[in-house]
Amino acid sequence: MNAFLHHFSFEFRTGIRNKQLLLMNYLFPLGFYLMMGFIMAEINPLFREDIIPAMIVFGVLAATLLGIPDPLVNARENGVFRSYKINGVPSISILVIPALTTILHMVIVAVIITITAPMLFDAPLPVNWLNFIVIFLALAFACAGLSVLIGVVSPSSRMTVLWSQLVFVPSMLLGGLMLPYSMLPEIAGKFAQLLPATQAMNAFNGLAMGKDAAFAPWGSVLALALSGLLAFGLAVFLFSWDSRNSSRRGSAWLALLVLLPYALGIFLFR
Amino acid sequence: MTSPMIQVKDFRKVYGDYVAVDGISFDVKQGEIFGLLGPNGAGKTSTLECLEGLRAPSGGSLRVVGLDPASEARKFRNLIGVQLQASGLPESITPDEAMKFFCAYHDVAPRFDLLERMGLKEKRSAQFYELSTGQQRRLSLALAVAHNPKVIFLDEPTAGLDVATRVELHDMMRELQAAGATIILATHDMAEAEEMSDRVAILLQGKLVSIGTPMEITATGAGLTKISVRTQESSLSVQGVAFPAVSQHHFKDDYNIYFSSDIGPTVSAIIAHLAAKNDPLIDLRVERPSLEDRFLEITNSGVRQ
Repeated sequence: MNAFLHHFSFEFRTGIRNKQLLLMNYLFPLGFYLMMGFIMAEINPLFREDIIPAMIVFGVLAATLLGIPDPLVNARENGVFRSYKINGVPSISILVIPALTTILHMVIVAVIITITAPMLFDAPLPVNWLNFIVIFLALAFACAGLSVLIGVVSPSSRMTVLWSQLVFVPSMLLGGLMLPYSMLPEIAGKFAQLLPATQAMNAFNGLAMGKDAAFAPWGSVLALALSGLLAFGLAVFLFSWDSRNSSRRGSAWLALLVLLPYALGIFLFR
Repeated sequence: MTSPMIQVKDFRKVYGDYVAVDGISFDVKQGEIFGLLGPNGAGKTSTLECLEGLRAPSGGSLRVVGLDPASEARKFRNLIGVQLQASGLPESITPDEAMKFFCAYHDVAPRFDLLERMGLKEKRSAQFYELSTGQQRRLSLALAVAHNPKVIFLDEPTAGLDVATRVELHDMMRELQAAGATIILATHDMAEAEEMSDRVAILLQGKLVSIGTPMEITATGAGLTKISVRTQESSLSVQGVAFPAVSQHHFKDDYNIYFSSDIGPTVSAIIAHLAAKNDPLIDLRVERPSLEDRFLEITNSGVRQ
C-alpha cells in the first residue's frame, strides 16, 4: 500500500510538473473550453446546452489520448520499465497508476467546468447528478484504458501520435461535441458509435442532461465500461518490459478487440 | 564451505540465429568483487540481463543467491541491486521521490543519507533530467544499494564521473564488500577492473576465454614485459637495430617500446647499444603486463582458452 501511495503521489505530481502533461491535463482542455464558450456559444446559442458535457468529454479525450500513451512509450524506450522490473514494480502498477492519476486530474477539470460554465456561459447544469458522475467515470475509465493500450502496443513515439489521433480527431468531428449526433449521415453515425466520445455524449444527453438520447443511453454506459475493462485487460496481457517492445504475449492486432463492445452496441442498442 | 552467490552453468543466450552467449560457466563467491570484461558484442550485457532477471536464458542454468532469476522474480528482487548503464528513471522524478518510490517497493525505509553521501544533497528536489550525467549515475547507484542487496550489479559505474566521485564510489564498493555484499562489475575501464576486482572473467564472442584473479590473468599471457626507453638522440629508431628476446617494437610519445620475453638480455643490450652510440638515456621503465595489455592481447588474437 505504501508503494502504491508513493507511486500514485509521484505520478500525480508528474501530471502537473511535466509541461506536456500540464498542457494536456489542464491548459488545453480549459483553454479550449473558454474559447468555445466565448466564441461558439455566441455563434450558436444551442451550444450552451451541451457545453458542460461536450467540454468534459473533450477534456477527457485530451488528457487521456494525448497525455497517457506518449509518456508510456518514452518510459519503455528509455529503459524506465527495466528499472521498474528490477526493483519489483509490478506491470499492473505501471499501467493503472498513470491512468488513475489522469482520471483524478480530469475530475478537477470537470469540476472547474461544471462550476464555471453556468456562471460564464449560462450553461444548464445536469438534471441527474448521479448519472452524470457515473457516465463521467465510465468515459474516463474507457478512454484511460484505450490510451494505456495504445501506449502498450505502439512501437514508437511517432506511431503513438498516429494511433491517438486516429481516435481523437474523429471523436472531435463525429462524437457529438461540435454538432449533434442526429445531424450525421447514417453511415457516419454508425461509424461514430465506435467512438467513446459518441457513447458518452449520448449517455450524458439521455441520462444526465434531460435531453433525448439518439440510441440506448444505458447501452452506451455499458459499452464504455466493458471497453475500458477490455482495454486494461489487453494492456496487461500485451505489456512488454522490453525497451524495444519486441517481445509480447500476443499480436498487437488483438488491441482492436477494445472496439468490440461499441461494435456490438451498434446492433444491440438502437 | 559456503555455496556460491552466483552460479552460471552452460549458460546460452540466442536471439534468433545470433548466438550472444555460447555455453559459459562460472561461479561467484560471497563477498567477491567479480569483474565481467569483454569488448562490445562479447555477451556481457546478455549475461548481466539474464542474471538480473530481465531476460530468460536460452539454455543452461543460472542461480543468484540460490534462486532462479527468471522464475523466482518476487523473492529475487529484494536480494539484488542493479545500477543500470542508462539510468532508467522517469525524467521528472526527483532524487527524494526516487528514493521513497523504490524503497517503498522494496519495503524498506528510504536511505536519504545515501543521497548526501553521493553528493546529491543540493539536488534532492531537482528533477532527474536536470541532473548531470555523473549525478544521474550516482543517484542510480544510491538507489541500487538502498535496500541492502546481497548481490549488486554495477554496469560501467564510474563512466563519466570526476576523480573525487570515482574514488568515493570505489570506497563505497569496498564498504559494501566488507559488509558481505557480492558485486558484479561490468566495465570497459581495465584499470578499475584490475584495482577493484578479486577475480575477473573475460568474454569474447559469447565464450568465456579467461577467468581468474587479475594477477593470474596477466600471468597467463605471452609473458612479455614492456620496456619503454627514451633517449636524447634517436639511435634506437635507426632501421635494423634489434635486441635479443624482443618480439614487438613500436615508437610512441618519444619512447621506444619493446615487449621482451627475457628482460635481462634485452635491457643489457639496450644499455650497451646506447653506450656504443653515445646516446644519453633519459628514461627507462620496465613494467609487467597490465590487465589491459592482457585484455588487448586476448581480444586482438581471439584466443580461446
